[in-house]
Amino acid sequence: MNSTDRMHMTGFRAHGFRNVAVMLIVGWLLLFVFLPNLMIIATSFMTRDHASLISLVFSLDSYGRLLDPLYIKVLGHSLLMGGIATLLCLLLGYPFAFIIAKLPARVRPLMLFLVIVPFWTNSLIRTYALKAVLGTKGLLNTALLSVGLIEQPLRIMFTEVAVIIGLVYILLPFMILPLYSAIDKLDGRLLEAARDLGAGAFARFFRIILPLTLPGIVAGCLLVFLPALGMFYISDLLGGAKNLLIGNIIKTQFLNIRDWPFGAATSVTLTVLMAAMMYLYYRAAGMMNKKVSIDD
Amino acid sequence: MAEHTIPLVSLTGISKTFDGKAIIDNLDLSIYDGEFLTLLGPSGCGKTTVLRLIAGLEQADSGRIALADTDITRVPAEHRHVNTVFQSYALFPHMTLFDNVAFGLRMQKLPMVEIRPRVLDALKMVQLEQMANRYPHQLSGGQQQRVAIARAVVNRPRVLLLDESLSALDYKLRKQMQSELKQLQRRRGITFVFVTHDQEEALSMSDRILVMHGGKIVQEGTPREIYESPANLFVARFIGEINIMDGELLAPAEPAGSWHARVEGRDCMVHSRLPFSAGDRVCVLLRPEDVRMTVTSSEVSAPENTGVPGRIVERLYKGATLESRVELQSGQQLLISEFFDEDDPDFDYRLGQQVNISWVDSWEVVLPYEQH
Repeated sequence: MNSTDRMHMTGFRAHGFRNVAVMLIVGWLLLFVFLPNLMIIATSFMTRDHASLISLVFSLDSYGRLLDPLYIKVLGHSLLMGGIATLLCLLLGYPFAFIIAKLPARVRPLMLFLVIVPFWTNSLIRTYALKAVLGTKGLLNTALLSVGLIEQPLRIMFTEVAVIIGLVYILLPFMILPLYSAIDKLDGRLLEAARDLGAGAFARFFRIILPLTLPGIVAGCLLVFLPALGMFYISDLLGGAKNLLIGNIIKTQFLNIRDWPFGAATSVTLTVLMAAMMYLYYRAAGMMNKKVSIDD
Repeated sequence: MAEHTIPLVSLTGISKTFDGKAIIDNLDLSIYDGEFLTLLGPSGCGKTTVLRLIAGLEQADSGRIALADTDITRVPAEHRHVNTVFQSYALFPHMTLFDNVAFGLRMQKLPMVEIRPRVLDALKMVQLEQMANRYPHQLSGGQQQRVAIARAVVNRPRVLLLDESLSALDYKLRKQMQSELKQLQRRRGITFVFVTHDQEEALSMSDRILVMHGGKIVQEGTPREIYESPANLFVARFIGEINIMDGELLAPAEPAGSWHARVEGRDCMVHSRLPFSAGDRVCVLLRPEDVRMTVTSSEVSAPENTGVPGRIVERLYKGATLESRVELQSGQQLLISEFFDEDDPDFDYRLGQQVNISWVDSWEVVLPYEQH
């Protein structure tokens, strides 16, 4: 076989592999992302039916009900809780990721492994475990009491603080990993150039490190903020009945009240809201690229 | 150079080790105001480390660095009034050219009314003022390199450090940047410290060259001194092409510094200012363009030919010159470079042709014998 033939063969094989890979991914996305979302969107425009869950009658009723101040309030509360959790994850995760990225190359994989290890235990179980830590007679209070830092046990369980702690605990790795990847890619030579041009530590951080790791920050925030709004079991287990997240509404509508159209409408609204926020972010990022007039 | 009395930068007794390996070994170095100084050496000789020590990006293990009589040994890089053009350019990818060049001035907290004209002026200097709003990734390598120069020069540094700054450019662009840099140095009177491993670049640009080898300075001088009077075999071989012949000094001759010698089996005169004594083994060095060659007819052994006999083993056409490789009877090969003679259009040699090798008296360099 001459080399041209071989090239054709490998070319064909490479093509074949690429086609299969693309079809697999497209098929997967169609089947497990596009179709379910389409079904949810369709469901949100239908009518509730007690016998068969939904009846194929078009209605905007579900969206109308979402305007109820009660739901607006829950949505606002969700956004606030998710926002606080995201901010805390960022403040904790950034130095965390930075330190890992600056460790010697041979310990870094171990550190990243330790970040991922909690994923091996179901987050629901870990949330139950958190109950044992945060409770009035839990590990945290016992420890603080015995050290003498507090006189009375702190009431953390079934407060907003408990929900925030739970969200941060479960979601922190989703912040650390994209941040780590962004910080790891940071070119140290740019920091040397900045020093050479007179930038102190403060200026180097805010003018070079922060802008260049912004993609990691945005990715981490999205990965924390979006799930945070939906983590119903955290507010269920740690927050009690008062601390509803939008996820609780959706879950209750689907599983308890069995109002699928309304649950679907809530879910769609959340998705649209997120998309709008991401759009605004990219618009803002685009506008930051200011131009200087070069004509005198 | 007599006018250079007080050095602008002086390094005294600098040593630096990385992982227990000495990179710079007790180095002394003076840089004078307004000069174009080149640190030349093979990779790993420590030349870039010297640059980084001056910039403050490395800390010396011992020794002292002074800038205009101020001790800056412990001054961090951000407070030293020197700027670097990095080998990788290290342009900030998230900033426009304008913001890249303005960075240093903003760090100095200058008002925008002053920053703008200075930045545009610097961009004009490198002919990129129309691209002020572009990002580095939208530029070619040569353009990026010019931005890196503008970004450093705009701060009006006392010393501009250039770390192999031209080595990533293609030949034509490199030539152009060399002359632009040279003009810049003359026009603005900035002191340049240029690091390179390219000896041709060093010869054409520098006022003074320091040849480094193994963390030490092995020779210092003007390009001409370095090229014409190499202090040792390392420098001789690193800078340009050179022929090394073995010889022995027989007896001193008049005037002082002249010797009767035997070089490659032939008696001749050599000249050196080094203190030799009769009987010393020496290396006689000749640049390819300093060697003279005459054709001898193979039938007659001409007694009037005083040179070293040899035969042509290779001819290399170089455009303006013809290079020939000649094998001597000892097996030693010499490279000889001759300009084409316009009066003799047939100027050429046959392979295997017998020739006689000689050189212009006193153009040779005589060094103590070293294995080569």
